[in-house]
Amino acid sequence: MIWGVLQFPGSCDERDALHACSLLGEARLIWHEERDLGGVDGVVVPGGFSYGDYLRAGAIARFSPAMEAVAELAADGGPVLGICNGFQVLCEAGLLPGALLRNIELRFTCRQVDLVVEPSLGDLTTPEGGQVDESKRLSIPAKHGEGRYYAPDEVLDALEANGQVAYRYASEHNFNGSARDIAGVRNEAGNVVGLMPHPEHAVDPLTGSTDGLRVFEAAAAGARA
Amino acid sequence: MSVGTAKHRELGLTDSEFELIVAQMGREPNVVELAMFSLLWSEHCAYKHSRKLLKQLPTAGERVVMGPGENAGAVDVGSGYAVAFKVESHNHPSAVEPFQGAATGVGGILRDVFAIGARPIAILDSLRFGELDSVRSRHLLDGAVRGIGHYGNSIGVPNVGGEIYFEQPYEHNCLVNAMCLGLARSEDMVRAAAAGIGNAVVLMGASTGRDGIGGASVLASAELAEGDDATKRPTVQIGDPFEESKVLECCLELLEKGLLVSLQDLGAAGLTSSAGEMAAAGGVGIDIDVARVPLREADMEPFEIMVSESQERMLGVVEPARVAEVLAVCEKWQTGSAEIGVVTNSGQVRILRGEEVVGDMPVAALVDGCPLYDLEPAEPEGWIYGNRATLAEGIAAEDELLALLASPSIASKRWAFEQYDSVVGSRTVRRPESADAAVLQLPESGNAIAVSIDGNGRRVACDPHAGTIEAVLECAQNLACVGAEPLGLTNCLNFGNPEKPATAWQLERSVAALAEACTALGVPVVGGNVSLYNEGPEGPIYPTPVVAMVGELPDPARVAGSSFVAEGDAIGLIGPFSPTLPGSELAKQRGALDKGLPQPDVAAVAAACAIVRDAVRAGRFASVHDVSDGGLACALAESSIGAGLGCRANVEHLRERGCQPEEALFGEGTGGFLVSGERMVLEELGAVLIGTVGGESIEIGAGDHSLSVPLDTAESAWRSLDQRVEATA
Repeated sequence: MIWGVLQFPGSCDERDALHACSLLGEARLIWHEERDLGGVDGVVVPGGFSYGDYLRAGAIARFSPAMEAVAELAADGGPVLGICNGFQVLCEAGLLPGALLRNIELRFTCRQVDLVVEPSLGDLTTPEGGQVDESKRLSIPAKHGEGRYYAPDEVLDALEANGQVAYRYASEHNFNGSARDIAGVRNEAGNVVGLMPHPEHAVDPLTGSTDGLRVFEAAAAGARA
Repeated sequence: MSVGTAKHRELGLTDSEFELIVAQMGREPNVVELAMFSLLWSEHCAYKHSRKLLKQLPTAGERVVMGPGENAGAVDVGSGYAVAFKVESHNHPSAVEPFQGAATGVGGILRDVFAIGARPIAILDSLRFGELDSVRSRHLLDGAVRGIGHYGNSIGVPNVGGEIYFEQPYEHNCLVNAMCLGLARSEDMVRAAAAGIGNAVVLMGASTGRDGIGGASVLASAELAEGDDATKRPTVQIGDPFEESKVLECCLELLEKGLLVSLQDLGAAGLTSSAGEMAAAGGVGIDIDVARVPLREADMEPFEIMVSESQERMLGVVEPARVAEVLAVCEKWQTGSAEIGVVTNSGQVRILRGEEVVGDMPVAALVDGCPLYDLEPAEPEGWIYGNRATLAEGIAAEDELLALLASPSIASKRWAFEQYDSVVGSRTVRRPESADAAVLQLPESGNAIAVSIDGNGRRVACDPHAGTIEAVLECAQNLACVGAEPLGLTNCLNFGNPEKPATAWQLERSVAALAEACTALGVPVVGGNVSLYNEGPEGPIYPTPVVAMVGELPDPARVAGSSFVAEGDAIGLIGPFSPTLPGSELAKQRGALDKGLPQPDVAAVAAACAIVRDAVRAGRFASVHDVSDGGLACALAESSIGAGLGCRANVEHLRERGCQPEEALFGEGTGGFLVSGERMVLEELGAVLIGTVGGESIEIGAGDHSLSVPLDTAESAWRSLDQRVEATA
């Protein structure tokens, strides 16, 4: 599988995402002005502060030529993984439901968090069919100032009913005040996933954990499913 | 056009300095020239009170790739790679506007590092504020931490460590020192010297506005049209990390493509210092046409353009045939660029506005003509700073331990470092507070580097000589704790007014000690920064030489943490540690600070560092922690809290070293390593066995000062900073 990692002016984590993808397959950077994705199978929209994010996180990046191509890839069922700012961009682009608001304590926070993998995620479901056990917790760093997931209650109900909640913060790990502890969601088709924590920073035991690789694997698997 | 002699005084030049300028120019300077001279002949740019002292520092070393005089120093880390690093102060701007002051401090130090062609890979910071019970201190702390986070987080460079102290003498003059490290292929690094007569001078990055026109605003009121309000001119610069991010990527791409002859950032004194210093370093002249500088406001005067401190700007020297390619790369990164001048053989810095020459100065006079001053030091009679008792004598040892753990200078700084991205870049092997030094892996060269930044101003105030040596040794010990061998050191000397005899004495003693310690350890000083005149109405700050040391280690997987690991592990003490109470946190809380500290034994500490370093590299310890602020009791508590494991120890062995029980518990001094692991291993390495890991309390036998504190009580005290800042921030 060939991953493309978007690069906007102001992206911060694109090199780390590129490295993470290269551990699982081929990977290359895609400049934000490219209208053609060059035949990649899937796309990571990485973290950072695209175009400075001085307006509203992700509000400008969604209009970039590369994002038009990403929307088409998503419509064709190709895997798209948005991380942090990438999640914000996908929400702004309407490819994922909901929005990310300022953290409840109004501060940027960088902290290792535990995520609970929701059973809806293909390969990661338990053999029992939905009982999430401790082994399904992922330890991954989160770092953001605008990561409080929000959607109206009826939307949240629908997301849960459809199995569109991909990741939740474990108990006492929801530092940003996200609705229903939601850390990541996916679209109805399951091929577009976004989350606030950073799986690309959890691919090396030396820097803390390798749990992030499972998020990339799940994103690829979600598209095939 | 002549400006009255009164103007030079308002710009900070003395009468004799002004006369010297006139003599070197052969005439009186005009407004543009006077503005430029006043900045380049300022303490900040000319180091006129410190340069003579700094000559003592050892700067040579086998691993030195770039030494003092460049935008940043650099050391070889193997496989053709070098690590560049520098610390710089942004104290005065941060005391006025902490958020932007600290943010632009980070921006400036990042530019220093990528100016030599190194990609920034880490930020650290060293901060000093007044006591936390002061509203002003909490405001400054909150703003500075937010500002540092804002800039570093936005640009994608991890903040991996630092230190914060809270002391009354910093109440009116906080310190914000920021450090950046960068990685480069040695052969790709670039110097700041302008070269190649006829080469183009290209200004890149942000446009130029009236921000940061500090002292020169005196001229504004004289020269601008009637009705203009000089108070409109903001003197604190505003940071734009997005612009910096683009300029950074743009400059690194330009260097990778070999399109730049040299590169220099625009920091203090803006275009004036960049152009002047590039010309001086290259032994050439430079013409700058201010009419070609992209401006934020159309009506800016030439002197304003030349002294503006607008952020996120870089100056490059480019061969004429490559200018178009350079401008194209700038265009790709959506950052500004303009060809504003040319390298000449005139030996003059000429400022033009179109065809008109508005300034014409010999480079030598402008950059190197400033007189250097001898200090007039005099040792003060006694303790010149105040004392404020917050802790009674004779209370229970348990209460003393809890008071020390809760001291904002000792307590966990999680509140601060969680506001910084510490993981971006995938290099951070040890995050803040998990080891005594930050550790960054370098897959490029197959090894890792460690970095530590330290400077306990209180102890330097007690004894500038011993205190400064301790700061260097503290860094060396922190590096040893992670198995790193020192490669180089940089520093930021934060002192009061050097024209006052007591401060001059502190500065002189401190620099001599810095030279002595670095020479004894064989660690070269590859760069530095000096910040003087740090004074408030109540007097000078504590003399605060902040030192930062970078070391190398072969295998980051072997790095132990500072927290205990397993129940039943033995606890040992390694090193020539003979703690005493003078200058300690306990002495401060008791209001018993006074002059004088014991002189550290550098050779003995260096020997202990070597033992610890080798043992860490061999993976022989479960944990290693340097004994520092708050003494052995606080070190034991910190290693316990981090692990969630208690400990049972006895420190009466220190009686043999002449320590009373109180000194053994809370006394401070260099040379102590608290280690844990297998009993046999510890004994073999010469550790004095003092206890065992385990239980749910911290129990320390110390004769009539023995104490026992439940682990969760100790942890609550140590983690109390959050509530104390947030309560009112």
